[in-house]
Amino acid sequence: MSAIGAESLSKRFGPTRALDKVSFTVEEGELFGFIGPDGAGKTTLFRILVSLLIPDDGRASVLGLDVVRDYRALRQRVGYMPGRFSLYPDLSVHENLTFFASVFGTTIEREYEQIKPIYIQLEPFKDRRAAALSGGMKQKLALCCALVHRPDILLLDEPTTGVDAVSRREFWDLLGRLKQGGLTAVVSTPYMDEATRCDRIALMHRGHLLGVDTPEAITRAFERPLLGVRANDRYRVLLALRKYEHAHSAYPFGDVIHSTDARVDAPVEAIASDVKTFLSSSGFVDAWVEPLTPTVEDSFIAHTEDAA
Amino acid sequence: MSDIAIAVKDLTRKFGDFIAVDHITFGVHAGEVFGFLGANGAGKTTAMRMLIGLLTPTSGTARVAGHDVYAESEAIKRSIGYMSQRFSLYEDLTPRENIRLYGGIYGLTRAQIRERTDRMLTRLDLAQVADQPVSRLPLGWRQKLAFSVALVHEPHIVFLDEPTSGVDPITRRQFWELIYEAASRGTTVLVTTHYMDEAEYCDRISIMVAGRIAALGPPSELKREYRVDSIDELFVRLARPIEAGRTGEAGSAGEAGRGQ
Repeated sequence: MSAIGAESLSKRFGPTRALDKVSFTVEEGELFGFIGPDGAGKTTLFRILVSLLIPDDGRASVLGLDVVRDYRALRQRVGYMPGRFSLYPDLSVHENLTFFASVFGTTIEREYEQIKPIYIQLEPFKDRRAAALSGGMKQKLALCCALVHRPDILLLDEPTTGVDAVSRREFWDLLGRLKQGGLTAVVSTPYMDEATRCDRIALMHRGHLLGVDTPEAITRAFERPLLGVRANDRYRVLLALRKYEHAHSAYPFGDVIHSTDARVDAPVEAIASDVKTFLSSSGFVDAWVEPLTPTVEDSFIAHTEDAA
Repeated sequence: MSDIAIAVKDLTRKFGDFIAVDHITFGVHAGEVFGFLGANGAGKTTAMRMLIGLLTPTSGTARVAGHDVYAESEAIKRSIGYMSQRFSLYEDLTPRENIRLYGGIYGLTRAQIRERTDRMLTRLDLAQVADQPVSRLPLGWRQKLAFSVALVHEPHIVFLDEPTSGVDPITRRQFWELIYEAASRGTTVLVTTHYMDEAEYCDRISIMVAGRIAALGPPSELKREYRVDSIDELFVRLARPIEAGRTGEAGSAGEAGRGQ
């Protein structure tokens, strides 16, 4: 049995189609990521999966339980971390955790083994008010609260948004450890670089799934020749690349420009040397041009270009 | 104004016993894109609030657009633009009304406002939604509009606080092109971000750790100096020096000592 099965889920808010016929499955023990920007429909989807929102159309089951009909049983068994910080700011770390444990009829002591990897990082601050924690520590506390009743599946809605790059890494390390313990986890994120931390991902944009697969398969399906370009004047070389007659797209990616070519079937090395010649004749004699392996972000951009 | 847009020396801010910003020193050149990085709670926001005239320093000196942060904070506010991650536009107003409102606040004439409104709406391709409430626009469009509104009075310097958070990848890159465009016209840009690839778009960056500037320079030079392949790697190394890859208490203890 799959941990989650969703079939043609749709949800509208007034004129906005927040979710439009979304179907996917998540297998047991998987670390599954929904990758997409704000407005993709991630939060709407998560709220439906944890029974906080009823879909207009389609159906979904989590752990074999129907998200509409079996909501009471479902809520006992899912751990949910909402996108917005929803702990009690005036309660301490320890008080928040005690509260969530008691709501589910258990205690911190009884569940200590389950939460230990995270709780030991919070323990030095257990008397601090939740409001006074830094962003990264708030997320860890929220994860701890979502785990304290020993759920069979975790649904984490944007746990790393607004958190710095280091705390984000630490958070994903923790998720990796929970996965090793056998827990199924579904995570959403707007940070494309986090996709590689997942077993499988769904790229999400404006209420649609653009693709569901392993990160490797998603980037392998990238069709166009992709080049990395570097030159001293990044802005001018970017504008120049767009004037190249076979240019399909050119976007800055950190210190390189990712440039795709309209000639889908031509060998990438030949295109690279052609682009180098073009740039040289446009005055960029120092330009560095090399074939690149696409990232998940390249794939996402390729999928959304037409809609942009 | 001189070639130096922002000049900071030993700038310090304490809250009680806690030193949020600890003797930071740096300069930003006119027309430069300067990335202001640091972990949550490293002191970035406190430093930025001092530079835009919203918070008085405990000690040290800082001049922004030629004005002293202690004595001339009102002059600073008039000569800078500011855009924050969340609130920058009035969502019940239309793009046209937002531009008129901010133009009026900054004392532009009606003719100036009219001319700049047309120019901005054309540049951003927003003419067809110019009279719809901002709340109906996609986040990416709003952020691009917010950036242009922050520049409506043609300030010398613009401060951007996580301007691209949650924005889709294409719009994020279009946003950076707007930044380059502004910089190529001579506007100085100071920007914070959690996207480490964006750090590489900057002419120079600083990385704050526990209230101090731990690294400062052009991204390519910093990568050479620290022998790392990316700013992401450098950031991890500086922000969590003790554990080196281990998830642990040492780094978190430092982090959690700093409220937002």
